[in-house]
Amino acid sequence: MSIVSRIERLGARVIDGLTSLGGFVIFLAASLLYSIQPPYKLRLLIRQMRNIGAESFFLVGLIGLFTGMVLGLQGYNTLSRFGSEGALGTVVALVLVRELGPVLAALMVAARAGSAMAAELGSMQATEQIDALSVMAINPVQYLVSPRVLAGIISFPLLTALFDVIGIWGGWAVGVGLMGAPNGPFFNGIAQNMSGHDIAIGVYKALVFGLVVMWVCCYKGYHAQRMATGVSRATTEAVVLSSVLILVWDYFLTSILL
Amino acid sequence: MNQSSDSNGAAISVRDLRRRFGRQQVLAGVNLECPRGKITTIVGPSGCGKTVLLKHLNLLLRPDSGAIVIDGVEVTAMRPRAQNQIREKFGMLFQAGALFDSMSVFDNVAFPLVELTRLSREEIAARVEETLKAVGLQGMERKFPSEMSGGMQKRAALARALIRRPQILMLDEPTTGLDPTRTHQIHALVRHTQQQFDLTAVMVSHDVPAVFEFSDHIAFMHEGKMALNGTVAEVMAANHETFTEFLQGRASGIDEPPAAAAS
Repeated sequence: MSIVSRIERLGARVIDGLTSLGGFVIFLAASLLYSIQPPYKLRLLIRQMRNIGAESFFLVGLIGLFTGMVLGLQGYNTLSRFGSEGALGTVVALVLVRELGPVLAALMVAARAGSAMAAELGSMQATEQIDALSVMAINPVQYLVSPRVLAGIISFPLLTALFDVIGIWGGWAVGVGLMGAPNGPFFNGIAQNMSGHDIAIGVYKALVFGLVVMWVCCYKGYHAQRMATGVSRATTEAVVLSSVLILVWDYFLTSILL
Repeated sequence: MNQSSDSNGAAISVRDLRRRFGRQQVLAGVNLECPRGKITTIVGPSGCGKTVLLKHLNLLLRPDSGAIVIDGVEVTAMRPRAQNQIREKFGMLFQAGALFDSMSVFDNVAFPLVELTRLSREEIAARVEETLKAVGLQGMERKFPSEMSGGMQKRAALARALIRRPQILMLDEPTTGLDPTRTHQIHALVRHTQQQFDLTAVMVSHDVPAVFEFSDHIAFMHEGKMALNGTVAEVMAANHETFTEFLQGRASGIDEPPAAAAS
């Protein structure tokens, strides 16, 4: 292969990569722009908030409970070595609110609602339902994507709050109830040491993760290829990419917000 | 807008339409006239660009060059909002129906009215009932697409395409996956609704020669161009070599694997 054709090929690949990255960004910009433009479809937004938020309630609560419980166990075990079991509540609450709550809730919702969303949009693409919307003069991004992205941005902080609260109670149940850490300092410590800033960090993270997960999952589903493996590939890529982006963004958000 | 100044009465006319995908020139200068109030059927071997052409006519794709004139208005260079106004004239029947599988037949057929008009519930219900009756699906309002046969799904999709009383009906291989009896029924239904609603119909089909019986005009597409274009009698009398081969199932390209078809 000649040098020139190698360079050509490399160039083509770079252009392809930039084009799809540009498409990815434009997709988000369009979905946000259309969500503030009429016609407003409150009905669609509420339906998606049910899909993403309400139906993830139990799962997120369950994961929150066990995460809190294991934090109670590990935290007690570690803190008791320094004789500072009284700090258990503070440790559990800070770890949950600042870090594990937003991240784990987002990962669970990406796995549950995000994958379903990518699969649904993917099969709509495969069966020309998205084209059908366009031909009917209905903007498919506005009709399908905007409500989902908006519902994600609204639902994620609420689910994260649920995760945090249940997690703290789980930590309390194991740390105080089972292992015998002192009860009073558990909640006193939380009240004294947790600042508004700590809570804000968790909320910011949840907002960003909500946007990222819905953006990725809708994009992957919407651009699924029209073949048998197209939908399954879109679903896999949606979950993998949103999980990776959650953890990557988590690092950068933490370093910015710390 | 200068409504329909075309003297020849063509509802859609396509001039030298070109579109390339990668290295493949799928549309290589298509010229086509679809006369008003007639059924024009585009036939040709798979991969010849029929479906791609239809996707240009309903403005899902933009050509590299060339013009599409619908009711005297050039539409290819239009902004999206203006295109949506043109689309109000369209009804489109997709190959697999493209019904929304999360909705009942009633909701599917009512969808364009619910989303795009200010009609009242009663008006919508009456219109849906009337349209379902026209396609022979009365009483099926509560069914879901997954509960219906392929033929019934096509009928429901046709009802949805007709619900806004379009002037132009586009059909993408409406008989794919149907047995000969159902195929005949769908063709007859298309002809019937075309007359009932006074439609200009553009159909893409591979169903030769069955489709000739139900068409007024035939356009034979071959290698990204219209090799033949005229009334059924004209086309049959043309004695075009490739067309004859296509009818006999010997046309080049007809045996290409489906993956090569750019549809």
